[in-house]
This record gives sequence, structure tokens and C-alpha cells, in this order.
Amino acid sequence: MRGKVLPVHEAGHDAMTNTLPDRAALEWMYSTMLLAKMADERAADEARKGLLAAALYPVRGLEAVCAAMGVAMAPQDQMVSSYRNLGDALSRKIPLRAIIAEAYGRMGGTSKGKGGTMHLTDNERGLIATTGIVGAGMPLAVGLGLAAQLDKSDRAIAVTFGDGATSIGAAHESFNLAALWKLPVVFVCQNNQWGEHTPLAEYAANPNLAERTAAYGLHAEAVDGFDPMATLQSIGGALDRARAGEGPSFIECRSYRLTGHSGLSDYSYVPTEELAAALARDPAPTFRTWLEQNGHVDAATLDQIEQTAVETVDDAFAFAQQSPHPSPDELMADVYASPEGVPTR
Amino acid sequence: MTTVESATDTKQMTIVAAIQNALDIALGLDERVIILGEDIADPIGGVMKATKGLSTKHGLDRVRATPIVEQTIIGTAVGAALGGYRPVAEIMFMDFLCQAMDQIINHAAKSRYMSGGHSPAPIVVRAMIGDSKFGAQHSQALEGWFMHTPGLKVVMPSNPYDTKGLLLSAIFDDDPVIFIENMGMSYSIKGEVPTGDYRVPLGEASVLREGSDITLITYGAEVHPSMAAAQALEGEISVEVIDLRSLVPLDISTCVRSVSETKRAIVVHGSTEFCGPGAEVATQLTDRLFGTLDVPVARHGATYTPVPFSQQLHSTPTEESIIAAIRTLRQRDAVGQHPESI
Ligand SMILES: Cc1ncc(C[n+]2csc(CCOP(=O)(O)OP(=O)(O)O)c2C)c(N)n1
Ligand SMILES: [Mg+2]
Repeated sequence: MRGKVLPVHEAGHDAMTNTLPDRAALEWMYSTMLLAKMADERAADEARKGLLAAALYPVRGLEAVCAAMGVAMAPQDQMVSSYRNLGDALSRKIPLRAIIAEAYGRMGGTSKGKGGTMHLTDNERGLIATTGIVGAGMPLAVGLGLAAQLDKSDRAIAVTFGDGATSIGAAHESFNLAALWKLPVVFVCQNNQWGEHTPLAEYAANPNLAERTAAYGLHAEAVDGFDPMATLQSIGGALDRARAGEGPSFIECRSYRLTGHSGLSDYSYVPTEELAAALARDPAPTFRTWLEQNGHVDAATLDQIEQTAVETVDDAFAFAQQSPHPSPDELMADVYASPEGVPTR
Repeated sequence: MTTVESATDTKQMTIVAAIQNALDIALGLDERVIILGEDIADPIGGVMKATKGLSTKHGLDRVRATPIVEQTIIGTAVGAALGGYRPVAEIMFMDFLCQAMDQIINHAAKSRYMSGGHSPAPIVVRAMIGDSKFGAQHSQALEGWFMHTPGLKVVMPSNPYDTKGLLLSAIFDDDPVIFIENMGMSYSIKGEVPTGDYRVPLGEASVLREGSDITLITYGAEVHPSMAAAQALEGEISVEVIDLRSLVPLDISTCVRSVSETKRAIVVHGSTEFCGPGAEVATQLTDRLFGTLDVPVARHGATYTPVPFSQQLHSTPTEESIIAAIRTLRQRDAVGQHPESI
């Protein structure tokens, strides 16, 4: 089967209304976009004040993609994410408390404070691994996809990664292997147009990543990542194909990085017009306008969602700051299944 | 821990046959065991034929030939382990683990810890040390690298019995295990092996030969020239030989017990002496036995060079060089000084 490239969906949501999720899902999406945006900004503030010592990878610009993932994925589905994982973790319904407590290195975090911001995991909620190594999540997803296939389960696996990660050899090995074995894997490329300081067009001879990836014989498509409904349809379709045994897909969600690469990093190198154009489509406020104007959710409810989001973020940071630090014996715990016989220093 | 035997029938096996047999048993015992690797399916059954017949018997689903994708073989194994399986990955030559180091070190080894204990990745990576006739990229002994990585276990057997028993233990161990084979031994070393299921526990050294003058601590392929050297010195120097069998966990107590009797020890291995496993063993022995030793613990490992192709150049210990190293230690014993300063 030859892969095919589909055109990027045009901005605007009208074509999507036939697959419109129910009102509760729409409200959840808005709330998730807000939480991602606000928790991101709050974490940066805390870091700026010197109160949070963690590497931070903002998800600003990806809010719509993450919210769409949350609706598209079924509870049994599994996800592999990267260091830029706050929105992905929210999409798996991991409580913000646990996410922020992990950033503070506390026992209340997803990994008892031993993983940190780059390594959130929650098996129960299907966030199986997050990696700080660019491109390394894709082979893991292939393995989880193999497990799902061997189990004859209806689990699908989504792996998220950046545009830059498509340069890594492991990505290409994984595209091929997933396609060869028809694994239920959805490769979700969160294309924010930058790999640290380098724009996509400067590191890829063919910057149309969906087109390039189609050559592996998997379904590849690009979608407007600022458009939550279009993204939902693309990712949902890919997950459906995965479950139906039709093999993997590559969904290139075209977005834009609205902040620096990491926490407080400078981004004066980002062209102002590009950034302004992207900010004009800032996912959460744009979605609010759309929900309201199309009569999907009323203003009072949206105001209430915003109020709740403010409280949820405050609560999560307060919880994290009060959560106990790991006790000294946590240092040696979890290196091996049993400490018997293994080195201690 | 004891060695469990559930079958009394034995058979002459090469190391490759012992591996094949262990994999066959593991695949039969637990359907969560799967094998991944290049060329491992029938009819070839692996470049060393260690998986011969297994895809035919257990199915291509579970004995999966992959493209030439070392890092993705290991990554897929880790992912499948996170998905509940017990994958065994075959990476022909140990040198090719370089391609897969990210997945081994950053993912397999650290997954349990970084997840606060929730996400162990119990994979087995089988790889072999090649032979100098293939040149420096197909012959290096890299066990020290993996010993240096918390979260990994490292196993390096020397004979068919241990190979089978250790491999079965490794597959059902809940931690990732690097299982290091040696090409030179694959077909040349034979022995009686029970045909049924038995386990040799990880972290238990075995005393292969008793002796009273000096303890020779070794593992893997160097066990054989070490045993030959001990034999050759019989009547002159009484050499006890310990086969560590696994390097992590490291059975230092068996070594301490022996060296507290002999008061002299030498560690022999095929990886470089500089920063090699022998440094760790020597330090641990010295920590425990300082003051009771007749001489400092000696090391005899490979030269700090890539493995030379020429058969005239020997980077790794040989029977002759081991004999010489033992005699040097005796000489030092006599004069109480390092031979170079005599
Ligand atoms: C193998 C590897 N090389 C380099 C890095 C350093 N690094 C971290 S993020 C990053 C940029 C990745 O860009 P992209 O894949 O587009 O993801 P983004 O950060 O834009 O979400 C780099 C180079 C790394 N973490 N891993
Ligand atoms: Mg990017």
C-alpha cells in the first residue's frame, strides 16, 4: 500500500461540524486548553521567581492538538510523549496536581519526584513513557503497538514528538517497522516549526513532513494544528484505522511555538510577523470565540470554566509546594526490582 | 538461592544449542516471551543459528525477524516490555550495541527509576563478543560500559550449562539484562546440559577449581585460558579459579571467601584493564581484606587498544600471558615490591 498525502485542512471549522463532539467534550477541551496554557505560564512565573527549579518545555501553541488527543483517544489507548508533555499528560486525564508535583520533585508527583518534568508517567491513565531524548519515543511506541497487536486488543498507541524529531534515525526505523508490521500506532508530529533555534525549512530539504513520511507506506496527513476540530478528526481517524488493523498513520499537526524553546529561554530570533500571526490564532481564546459564536457553549459556562481553571492551577501549585519531598531511602529504591546483591554505590 | 533442576535428562550441547534450548523453553513456558532480531526467523534461524527452528515452532508473531534497526529493536523490546511482554532481543555483535545505546541506557535501564517504580522494562539483550579476525568493530568486550549503568544487570557465561540456566533466569528476571556471549565459544565449548528447565541464579559465582596459593577471578571466554593456565601451573602454584558468571549482581562474597584463604588474587578479563571490571573487583577485595593480603590484588585485562586484526598481536589475555601474570604476582610476593620497581 502506498501512503497518501492529504492537503492541510483550511482554517475554519465548518467542515467538521458533522463530527462535532458532544457538549461535555467541547467543554472539557476548552478547559484542557486553558489548563495547559495557564499551568505553563504559572510554571514559568514560579521559575522566574526562582521558586521552581525544573527544566520547563512550554506547550503554548499545542493546546488544540492536546485537547483533540484527549477526546480522540479511548481510555484503553496508550501514549508515549516527550519532554514537552504537559498538554499530553492532561490529555490522558492525569491530575494537574500530580503533574505539577512532579515538576517540584515531590512524592505527590507522577513518579514520586524521581522522573521530573521530562519523565511523567502514569500507566493507569495510559501515559506509558515520556522521553527526554529527541525521537526516542517512536521505537517505544512500536513496541507498545506490537504488544497491543499480539494481545489482539483494541488498544491504539499514540506517540507525540516534535518536527525536529523527524530528523532522528530512530523515527525512520520506526515508521518503516510500524508500517511493515501494520501496528496500531499513530505518530503525532507536533510541528511547532522549530527545533530549538532552527526553523524547519533550514533543517529539512523537504519541509513537508507528511509528504516525506508517506514514502514509508503509511497513511500520512497534515492538519492545521490550531484547529481543534480538524485535528480531532485527523487523529480520531488515525486511531480508528489503527484499531481496525489498517496500520499506522503519521499526523503532522502544523502549529507554531508561541514561546521560547524552554522555560525562560530567549526567543528574539523568532520572526515577529510569524509569531504575531500565530498568536492571533492562540488556541484557547480562539476556541472560546468559536464555541460562543456558534452557540455550542454559552458565555456563562465558558466563564465558569475559566474560573475553575484558575482555581485548579492554584490548587495544583499549592498541592505541589506542600507535597513532601521523597525520603532519603527513595534514592536507592526502584533501581532494580529487588535491591538484593546489586551495587549500592 | 539454589539451582533448580526439574529434569534429569542431559545432552551434549554447544553454547549455541544451550541458548536455543533456553529460548525454546522460555517461549513454551510463557507466551509473553517474544524474540526480536535480525535474521532470527527460519530458515536461517539467526546468524549464529541460536534461534533455529524457533519461528517454525512458536510462530513468526513471537519470533520476529526485523529490518536492520538496532536502536529500534531495543526500543521495540522496551516498548513491548512496558506493554507487558518479556522480549529477548538479539543484536549480533556487541559492537552494534553502540547503535542502540540510547534505548539501553536512557530507556531500558532508567525506566523503572524515572517512573518511581511503575514502569520496569524487563528485556534481555543478547549480544556476542566477536573475533579479532573480523577486525576492531566486531570484537570488542564492552561489559564494563553496562556495569557502569545502574538499572542494568550484566551476565557473561562461560559454558553451556551456565548459559542455559542464566539465560532462563535473565528472561524471567524483572530487570533488563545484558547477556553477553562470545563467538569463539559458540560452537567450540561443549558440555552436558539438562534438557529441561533449570535456572542458574544471577549473582552467584562458581568455584571452578580449588587451589591454595592464588585466586584467579574471571568470567566469560577468559575462563578457558585461565583454567588452562591453572592446570599448566599445577605442582608449581596452586590456583583457585572463580567464574563470576554475572557481573551485576556481582558475587563478591565468593571472591572474599576464597581470597581470605589464598591471600593473593588476580582478576582476568577480556575487556580493557584500564577502568575494566577488574578494577571494581580488586577495590572491593582490598576494602574487605586490606592488611590480610600478601600482595595487592592484581589485574590482567586487555591492552588499552582497539582489538588488533593481526593474529600476531594479542590484546586480550592468553594462557601464556595469564601464566606470566600469575608468576609475576608470585615474584612480587617474594620481594614485596611491584616488579617494575625491583
Ligand atoms: C537526541 C537528542 N538530541 C538533542 C537534544 C536536545 N534537544 C532537546 S529539544 C530539541 C529540539 C527538538 O525539536 P522538535 O523535535 O521540533 O521538538 P520541540 O522541542 O520543538 O517540541 C533538542 C535539539 C535531545 N534532547 N535529544
Ligand atoms: Mg519543534
